[in-house]
Amino acid sequence: MDIVTLARFQFAMTTIFHFFFVPFTIGTGFAVAVMETMYVRSKNELYKKMAKFWGNIFLLSFAVGVVTGIIQEFQFGMNWSDYSRFVGDIFGAPLAIEALLAFFMESTFLGLWIFTWDRMKPKVHVIFIWLTAFASILSAFWILAANSFMQHPVGYTLKNGRAEMNDFGALLSNHQVWYEFSHVIAGAITMGGIIIAGLSAFQLLKKSQKAKDFFKKSLRLGLVISLVGSVAVMTAGDLQMKDLVTQQPMKFAATEGNYKDTGDPAAWTLIAWANEKDHTQAFGVDIPYMLSILAYNKPSGSIKGMNTVNKELTVKYGNKNYYPSVNTLFYSFRVMAAFGALMFLVSALGLFFTRKKKPSLYEHKWMLWIIGLTTFTPFMANTAGWLITELGRFPWTVYGLFTMKQSVSPNVSVTSLFISNTVYFLLFAGLASVMVYLVIRELHKGPDYEEKKLEAEAKINSDPFDKEAFS
Amino acid sequence: MSGLQLLWFILIGVLFSGYFFLEGFDYGVGMSVQTLAHDEHEKDQIIETIGPIWDGNEVWLLTAGGAIFASFPYWYASMFSGYYLILFIILVGLIIRGVSFEFRSKMPGNKKKVWNWTLAIGSFIVPFFFGILFISMIQGMPLDAAGNMKAGFTDYINLYSVVGGVALTLLCYLHGLNYLTLKTLGPVRDRARNYAELFYWVLYVGLVVFAVLMYFQTDFFTLHPITTLSLLVVIVALSVIANVAVAKRKEMLAFLASGLTMIALVSLLFSGLFPRVMVSSLTHKNDLLIVNASSSPYTLHIMTILAFTILPFVLAYTAWTYYVFRKRIKHPKFDVEGEVVNAG
Repeated sequence: MDIVTLARFQFAMTTIFHFFFVPFTIGTGFAVAVMETMYVRSKNELYKKMAKFWGNIFLLSFAVGVVTGIIQEFQFGMNWSDYSRFVGDIFGAPLAIEALLAFFMESTFLGLWIFTWDRMKPKVHVIFIWLTAFASILSAFWILAANSFMQHPVGYTLKNGRAEMNDFGALLSNHQVWYEFSHVIAGAITMGGIIIAGLSAFQLLKKSQKAKDFFKKSLRLGLVISLVGSVAVMTAGDLQMKDLVTQQPMKFAATEGNYKDTGDPAAWTLIAWANEKDHTQAFGVDIPYMLSILAYNKPSGSIKGMNTVNKELTVKYGNKNYYPSVNTLFYSFRVMAAFGALMFLVSALGLFFTRKKKPSLYEHKWMLWIIGLTTFTPFMANTAGWLITELGRFPWTVYGLFTMKQSVSPNVSVTSLFISNTVYFLLFAGLASVMVYLVIRELHKGPDYEEKKLEAEAKINSDPFDKEAFS
Repeated sequence: MSGLQLLWFILIGVLFSGYFFLEGFDYGVGMSVQTLAHDEHEKDQIIETIGPIWDGNEVWLLTAGGAIFASFPYWYASMFSGYYLILFIILVGLIIRGVSFEFRSKMPGNKKKVWNWTLAIGSFIVPFFFGILFISMIQGMPLDAAGNMKAGFTDYINLYSVVGGVALTLLCYLHGLNYLTLKTLGPVRDRARNYAELFYWVLYVGLVVFAVLMYFQTDFFTLHPITTLSLLVVIVALSVIANVAVAKRKEMLAFLASGLTMIALVSLLFSGLFPRVMVSSLTHKNDLLIVNASSSPYTLHIMTILAFTILPFVLAYTAWTYYVFRKRIKHPKFDVEGEVVNAG
């Protein structure tokens, strides 16, 4: 194992794990803010209960998301020091702004939100969760602005052996960041809705469930959110893919598994297998016209294959291996797109079968099972999406400017990387287990837990004026 | 050196000062969970004093890290890759500590213990290894001409760096005790005061050793004799003030004094390093200087505008949060399952 492989493995592992929780947090945070707003508007205690109950699950995700995020900020310097030297001028700025503008706001107002349920007016209290949700969305923008520079560098000049910023505005108006941002945020909102709907469905499958109305209401609200989110995510994803055709043709060709140029009109490959060593397609099942439509919105036009792109890149950037992991990209795209479409279908049909006139869904266990199992799909869709984005940039860290081999820390040993990879892996496995255990425990406690607890307390402690002690 | 480069060197110092002033007491409070509390209810009480604010305090570290990356990428690259394992240990500490709050509050009574320990151990690891990091850094590390550090075990772990680690841990512990006397009622408050009075005597010994070793192990006294000496005096004086104040039950004064001690310590390290950001033990030609480690003037300019626009808001709502949570925390009452009420 060499340091580049180990450092890449670490980046993949820490980022994938971190990104289980980022959209989870953004999405559930947004949903909780919606619930609390409904409470403030309607004064219906049920919505308050919803905000608190789902808020607890949001908080668990937040906790794991925060601690795994610290690794992200540190590992650029730790594992990728030459990269940091090369792009620090540009890449560091959004990271610092993210902390200054978003992290402070997020953590401060979250602290206020958790601890002031009993002493702030509902109208004030709801602002805290909105500010938290807003800040987490802001933070996504800044880190994606940094990532977008790696995908599509703009606003720089090459000077003193590094990329120096010369146009901050260009960094923010980079079309790449707006595609990524809308895709990620729509995906996160979908995920929040799906998780709430899915976990509610599991709860409704329990015979002994007492809070049926609570979970029915949560399920429907979750599905409304995921319906809106999934429409947005498909739109944003479609635009982003169309952009790839011209911006990163290698990535696009690889996600479609095309080594050779396609005919005109281009067919879309449903399933295929690539022989990555000799750059050929072992087999493929094609749907005619479809790729032209996907890429250009019309039933004509051809797409360059990887072999052609490879020649072009060799002319432009010299002799390197420009072929990414084709099969991974190809199937990642299909996993992402299929689960994206599935989430849309489940949301739409789920809402239809829970409509007020004829809510038949609750009577059919298999329908509840489908919604329940959908809970896991956004995790896989998100991971697949990032695999395409990041693996598809191969061999670059900054597209066309700087390669992975140039980026790695030359002074970090294989041993150090091996130790950190092992410990992170074990730590993540532990965190994930505890997180799952606690989510299940929260679900098990149910939405009325806190109420019962307070009642029981009131019996023990009859002094009503001593409530201050808890605030 | 341009004005902006100097400004950002100072700003990095300010961010680390903010980090140790604020998160410093969180670490002390975290350590107190296993060293000061007598029962689970006292632990609840101790943790509740920082419950709403610790996460915001930790952002000072993230901001400092991001700001070094943005304003001094060569410093960020050399330091973070050179201190790989030390920072890795710090990260593990931050992780086990960071999840403790949430996990603990949601665990059933009998499983809380694990998270008391992760909180206390994490709170110990982080300042201890930051002490090692900074003190080994000011002694000089083997930086080659490209700025890459290939250091051996004794470069990181030596007498002075360990003394530094212990001193910083102790400062955080005392700062946390002062915070607890300020923020609690009942037996925890009295015990924190007694502990603080005791541990200040340990700190004095540590500070003397620290100052002596600084004379022998760094070039601070030859390079910046006046600032080094006066800041050392300030650190000792602030410690005495905090000690006397805590004994006289002037709890706010004690807390501010121990907080200012942190700022004085960061000032000592940064002023001693000036005009370098990292010292090479191989040859002074390899020293990383403010002037050659920084970003371009354009980036520094943009970052300055943004920092000075955003920071006032951050300070304002942070201050407001401390005002909202100004009340002292009582000993929590029992509930059905022995879990804290409102602990998120």
